[in-house]
Amino acid sequence: MIQFKNVNKVYNKGIQALTNINLTIKKGEFVFLVGPSGAGKSTFIKLLLKEAEPTEGQIIIEGQDITKLSRRKIPNLRRNLSVVFQDFRLLPNKTVYENIAFAMEVIEASPKEIRRQVPMILGMVGLSDKAKQYPHELSGGERQRVSIARSIVNNPSILIADEPTGNLDPETAWEIMKVLKQINRRGTTILMATHAKDIVDIMQQRVIAIEKGRVVRDEHKGAYGYED
Amino acid sequence: MKIRTISYMFKQGFIGIWRNRGMSVASISSVAASLAVLGVIITLVLNINNLSNVAQMQFDSIQVYLEDELTVEETMDLGQQIGSIEGIHYIEYESKEDALAKMKEQWGDQGHLLETLEENPLPHSYIIHLSNIDAADDVVAGLNSIEGIEEVKYYKDLIDNMLSIATFIRTIGLVLIVILVLIAMFIISNTIKLTLNARKQEINIMKYVGATNWFIRWPFLIEGIVLGLIGAVIASIIVFYGYEYSYNIISTRFYVMLSSYMVSVEQMASRVIAMFVVLGTGVGALGSIISLRKHLKV
Repeated sequence: MIQFKNVNKVYNKGIQALTNINLTIKKGEFVFLVGPSGAGKSTFIKLLLKEAEPTEGQIIIEGQDITKLSRRKIPNLRRNLSVVFQDFRLLPNKTVYENIAFAMEVIEASPKEIRRQVPMILGMVGLSDKAKQYPHELSGGERQRVSIARSIVNNPSILIADEPTGNLDPETAWEIMKVLKQINRRGTTILMATHAKDIVDIMQQRVIAIEKGRVVRDEHKGAYGYED
Repeated sequence: MKIRTISYMFKQGFIGIWRNRGMSVASISSVAASLAVLGVIITLVLNINNLSNVAQMQFDSIQVYLEDELTVEETMDLGQQIGSIEGIHYIEYESKEDALAKMKEQWGDQGHLLETLEENPLPHSYIIHLSNIDAADDVVAGLNSIEGIEEVKYYKDLIDNMLSIATFIRTIGLVLIVILVLIAMFIISNTIKLTLNARKQEINIMKYVGATNWFIRWPFLIEGIVLGLIGAVIASIIVFYGYEYSYNIISTRFYVMLSSYMVSVEQMASRVIAMFVVLGTGVGALGSIISLRKHLKV
């Protein structure tokens, strides 16, 4: 599903961000990406989203080498590989429903599809009763759930979550993890970059640790492994 | 592209225009001003060209006044010599009597004044029709070497002057237009930049959920094109009514003859409006493309 082959990334200023990354993530896996700040997690995610190009190596997603993908095809890639951010990134002047529908509108889904899909997704993340509210009327956890709903509404096969619980208290963070786990059970591959030790330790999923641009650990049912 | 998508894009485009009303007004005004100046220049150049075309048709002949005391044979002989010069289409003889009759006719109502003349002061002449106006200088040089000619009259200088004035106006105008168009483009691209900033977050989300690049770009392009088009419409109205007004003033207050040398209002409008629409759209589109290239990495 996702495969990194000898991937190196050197930024223009000569900073070696990733060195010789080789790994495979299978369909339906739930993977934590851990490591100190500045270790290369963000670069890893940027390469997947094709926001940056590797200096060397291949990145294969669903059989396609995305380093050879033309810029015009990037939208197709991102429909299949969506992303959730720490800061939610909701549109403040749109309701919950509209925020989620927006993601479908911009890929030109039909109104019929939108009317069917959005309430279903809202139900999945437990926000059916908040559809008409605006982001500022919601709690942090609810906002992140809206953001997750938006990222899965177009049925991507891979969901990347970049510190999705970073701005949330532990209890709320667990709500989010439940939602993510549920999405994972539907078959969506999830890659979550995080600093949340408790979550990683308790969830017992695959853990990939990156330090100084190298994969230093890759264990199934792993632990966070750092004392933060 | 689906109709729903198109209407979404137009809606976003107009929202952009409305959101930055001040800058939109500035953009529209600068496009309108540039095009209006262009209109004035086109008006001048077209009319001067028209005038010199008419003049060329009327004056592509050289009149040669003959000395008074020539005999019939000498006159005939002179005609032969003139006819042998290169660049001449054909020549006509005009006696002093013919010339006087022609003048009477031209003077019209005042023609009877000429009857008071005791003797005909006009010379006999040959009217030389050139095969090509450019041959005029050579022909005149040839005529000057022939004996028995009193004076050579021709209007090439006048025509040349008019044409060089037209060229001058065109050159100055072009420089002015280029500068004005660049300013208009700059203002439009800044307007688009404001809309881009206002929609930064939306665009960011659109990128991450996989909206195509053109889906993201079109609303901004539409915004620019609409700004340019409105400017073009305003400029067209200004130029159309401005030209009609001056055309009427010239033909009623000054000299009816002059307006017959002018390009008609309808002719002017049909040329200028199409040109303005194309230019306005182009300036608007370019303005937005500039700011999209600079500020929107999709």
